[in-house]
Amino acid sequence: MAQNRTVAKALAALGGVIVCAPLTALADRPMSVLRSAGPKGDPVLQLNWGLLAISILVVVIIGTLLVLALSRQPQPRLAFDARGPLPVSRPAGGITWIYVGIGLTALTLLGSLVWSMVVLANVAVPSGKGGLELQVIGHQWWWQVNYIGDPISRRFTTANEIHIPVGVPVRITLKSADVIHSFWVPALSGKTDLIPGQTNTTWIEAREAGTYRGQCGEYCGAQHAHMAFSVVADPPATFDAWWQAQLADSPPPTDDSAKAGKIAFVRRCGSCHTVRGTDAGGIYGPDLTHLTQRATIAAGVLPNTPGHRGAWIADPQGIKPGSQMPVLSLSGPEIAAIQAYLATLK
Amino acid sequence: MTVADYSREPRILAESYDSPLAERLKTLWETKPGIIGWLSTVDHKEIGIRYIVTSFAFLVLGGIEALIVRLQLAQPEQSVVTPTQYNELFSMHGVTMIFLYALPVLSGFSNYLWPLILGSRDMALPRLNAFSYWTFLFSGLFLYAGFAIGAGPNDGWFNYVPYALKPFNPGPSQDFYALGFIFFGLSVTAGGINFMVTALRTRAPGMSINRFPMMIWGTLTANAGNLLAVPSVSLAFFMLWTDRQFGTHFFNVEAGGQPLLWQHLFWMFGHPWVYAIVLPAMSIVSDGLPVFCRRPLVGHTAVALATVITMIIGFGVWVHHMFATGLPNLAMSFFNAASFVIVIPSAVSVFAWVATIWTGRFIYATASLFFVSFIWLFVIGGVSGFLTGSVPVDWQVTDTYFVVGHIHYVLIGINVFPVVGGLYLWFPKMTGRMLNERLGRWNFWTMFLGFNLGFFPMHISGLMGMPRRVYTYPDGLGWNTVNLVTTIGAFIFAIGVLLLVINVLVSRKHGRIAGPNPWDASNLEWSTPSPPPPYNFVVLPTVASRHPLWEDRLNETEGRSTIHEGAVLDHGKETLGVSPLDAIPDAILKMPHDSIMPLCLSLSLMVLFVGLLLKTGWLIGLALLAGCIFSLIWLWPRVSQGQRREPAT
Amino acid sequence: MTDLSLEERQLLVGSMGQRSTGWWAVLFIILTEAAIFAFLQFSYYYIAVQQTLGTWPPPGGKAELTLSLPNTIILLLSSVAAWWGEHSIKRGNRLMLSVGLAVALVLGCVFAVIQGFEWSNKHFTYATHTYGSLYYVITGFHMAHLIVGLVALAAMLVWSLLGYFNAVRHTAISTGALYWHFVDAVWLTIFFTLYIMPYLR
Repeated sequence: MAQNRTVAKALAALGGVIVCAPLTALADRPMSVLRSAGPKGDPVLQLNWGLLAISILVVVIIGTLLVLALSRQPQPRLAFDARGPLPVSRPAGGITWIYVGIGLTALTLLGSLVWSMVVLANVAVPSGKGGLELQVIGHQWWWQVNYIGDPISRRFTTANEIHIPVGVPVRITLKSADVIHSFWVPALSGKTDLIPGQTNTTWIEAREAGTYRGQCGEYCGAQHAHMAFSVVADPPATFDAWWQAQLADSPPPTDDSAKAGKIAFVRRCGSCHTVRGTDAGGIYGPDLTHLTQRATIAAGVLPNTPGHRGAWIADPQGIKPGSQMPVLSLSGPEIAAIQAYLATLK
Repeated sequence: MTVADYSREPRILAESYDSPLAERLKTLWETKPGIIGWLSTVDHKEIGIRYIVTSFAFLVLGGIEALIVRLQLAQPEQSVVTPTQYNELFSMHGVTMIFLYALPVLSGFSNYLWPLILGSRDMALPRLNAFSYWTFLFSGLFLYAGFAIGAGPNDGWFNYVPYALKPFNPGPSQDFYALGFIFFGLSVTAGGINFMVTALRTRAPGMSINRFPMMIWGTLTANAGNLLAVPSVSLAFFMLWTDRQFGTHFFNVEAGGQPLLWQHLFWMFGHPWVYAIVLPAMSIVSDGLPVFCRRPLVGHTAVALATVITMIIGFGVWVHHMFATGLPNLAMSFFNAASFVIVIPSAVSVFAWVATIWTGRFIYATASLFFVSFIWLFVIGGVSGFLTGSVPVDWQVTDTYFVVGHIHYVLIGINVFPVVGGLYLWFPKMTGRMLNERLGRWNFWTMFLGFNLGFFPMHISGLMGMPRRVYTYPDGLGWNTVNLVTTIGAFIFAIGVLLLVINVLVSRKHGRIAGPNPWDASNLEWSTPSPPPPYNFVVLPTVASRHPLWEDRLNETEGRSTIHEGAVLDHGKETLGVSPLDAIPDAILKMPHDSIMPLCLSLSLMVLFVGLLLKTGWLIGLALLAGCIFSLIWLWPRVSQGQRREPAT
Repeated sequence: MTDLSLEERQLLVGSMGQRSTGWWAVLFIILTEAAIFAFLQFSYYYIAVQQTLGTWPPPGGKAELTLSLPNTIILLLSSVAAWWGEHSIKRGNRLMLSVGLAVALVLGCVFAVIQGFEWSNKHFTYATHTYGSLYYVITGFHMAHLIVGLVALAAMLVWSLLGYFNAVRHTAISTGALYWHFVDAVWLTIFFTLYIMPYLR
């Protein structure tokens, strides 16, 4: 009997370790929620670990109690056989389990509630003054990012890659152009939905430089799986330089291939895409003015290399079926020309 | 004429199940053979088994959909199915499991068992019972017809707008779902009404409320909840359908509609619904586990109250599905608190079950293995729910596989495991044969290990940030291994389900013969033959305690239930009506004969919904007319049922 | 045990009043249908509070009392007539039962006609704006329940004229009248939400 108890306890401890050990190893995955890179995420991460610890503890305790309950049954064991009715009794003391159990449960819940409310209050708004303001508009299946603020000459639009300065709180207003999406970059912030007809707000702040992956967190149709974005935190000087570069219109191309490509681009792509400084002014697709600065294309689906850009233009429906980018049936030379032009969009 | 002229003193006799009285009752109550008999039966036992079989068929269909989903997700960037197919598969999986399996299987058990547990000859409204089954079947076929033609639901089971509106979803998928759900809702409502009236009116004398077995509490609570909650989502689906087909503006933003109205209406239904699909299953364990612990449930009253309180609080937590929608923090705090408070009544049940085993004399059997493991799975599902109930944490884990892990622990752990255990427990009563215990052990361990292998890793992939409802995922995010393990576990679990099906099919013909009470259990259903005759009880029992068949051994009360002597009630199909609280008899209820009207009315509804789907006026008109006629025939006052004065002779 | 003993206890055979399962069934039908109307009115208030397009109701949308107030009274009277019919048959008066049912039926039909007239005079449809959608769906759901009630009243009238009922046996009347009172009661809530509330804000 005592042996059974020891075995049960050892199993419980082992089970706890098996569960907990991998959890700590998960923290460094790109989308892990067990990692916080900024002041908004820190209190939430602590709360998350705390509630996880409570949860694992409860599961281990109840599991242990069940194993113990089964292993400390009196002998001889009963069995269903034809030898007549089995004993039935009502031993005392059962109700105490409920009183003690509920008492412990209620205390744990109360503590968790208070903690949750404190964290909720702490992360509601950024503590620092000032900061940056952005507007993110969700589309099926990409992210429009508007850098707003005064003066108007400082405003510009980009897509899918958000740059922020390190150590500065960034307030983001969230709107949707079509269906419900959700803005989620786990290392920096939990989810806030983008709901048509409604303006939500969230904020993020990065403690150190780096690239943080985000993904749409609310099912939004066929390519919900391929609606990623990234937040790039730069040291303030780098960020200012990036902003300056983003404000510039794209310079006219110099070599012939790129010139031909620009003409083809404006004609074939301009009705959906904007490149400032050209006649391409479409608003249905991402702004491409500084396309080559981004790490990925198609909302995080492909690395942003000439080869991938060409593949995307040639067969968007094969790569991201259902996306709004149509198959344009361009000829080989046309694609090559457009690629040459796109390569100039620095 | 006064009440006295229409009253009668029931004959009290002591009779056995092989007496001439029994033979006469059998003739009165049995379903006539042949196809007409099969289509027109109102016998709750036949209807209950149909519910269970049909819902298991849907379970298998939903399971196949899940296995295809798991094949697609086993590795990153696969193309086993296209995105469109995938989105329909995961949506249909949810719809099938949550609607077409989870509630009907519990309705099936309750339908079969309630009159036997309560000491009555049938449910209060037998024709409505038949109607609720046919409507369930036809609504399921309606939904699957859409899926079969590539127009199945494709926006998840919770179907958010605006994606469900016409501009984004032009095909008929959403119309199939909207109309199909309203159709299904009619079945749930009909069933709910039947359970409420039965619990209040058709019981044995002495079966007072405090003596109700837990199966009554669980199902009663669930159905009371459904009656109040289903209208919310039926209305939401109606509004969705009219937005799509008639240009109303409930949800579309340009004209003042509110997308969040959908979410509120849906979740005001959705949260009570998920309690409706687990509370009866929990009560299966509350009634079944004590049999294998040779003692009554610890804290029976506390658990009954906890069941009711859970459902009541369950109406006050719905916003926890909407924590990321930008609602004010104050409102969300209230729902965070309520979501924590609801853990307490669940904990009452958990400690009651643990205490019952701890202080009881446990007997290993396949059924009891399912019941014990259920407790642990319940706790895992419960704590993951507790975690997502915290607003700031939910902001990270909502819409990730962490939630998918949670929902499967609560749905498979708290619904499927008790259902399978319940099958091992009550199969002997329903068929007269035992399920094979050896195969049962294989069944249990395959399901238990496969389930945990498949679904525990989802908590991990969720914590690693894998969103839900994605048809694929990129390499390099650390999600590959957990997905592969999950897929393997899912297939092992499926083998476990297969073993169950094999056990049922084989044991029906070759299982060991079971007597009336192979488990030496305590409730009234174990006092009848296995399977029970059409009339359930040859004489109606009188109840004196919660555990009629254990009274002598427990020796806690002076009174004793009388099982083999009681009211005969053989002037036609009759059962007793009693007062709601104390079960004092106050009427001899005349029960209806088999009738084809429930089927006819269900078929009219099918025609109606097809007409609405196709927007064909004459079909709609025909269906309404037919429905009107069938309803009038159904409700026509009959002398045999005491609804009309006798004609003057 | 003596309370429960069936010895020397005369039990009513069949259905009557609150001892009939049909009566309880209709009670629960009323509960679930009332929930539909509660959720409909929740939707109305939710949108009224959340909408950002302007005044609520929108211009041209404010529901007038000229027709709806008398119509409400007509429906109330219809309930009284149905109650009177049920009250009469409990005393065995078959004639007054038929009269009560007939008056209830006629008044109910008048309500439906007046409401139809009111609808046709509106300057908006269910597709004009969200208020229009709500107005027509709420009153439309009520109208549907009313029509079911009219069919029930007609059936009860026919059965009554066929001489089916007496002081003990009249379950269909108790049950049907209960439903009809529900149709009336729920109208009062709708009347308040759609016709009175706009004047209170």
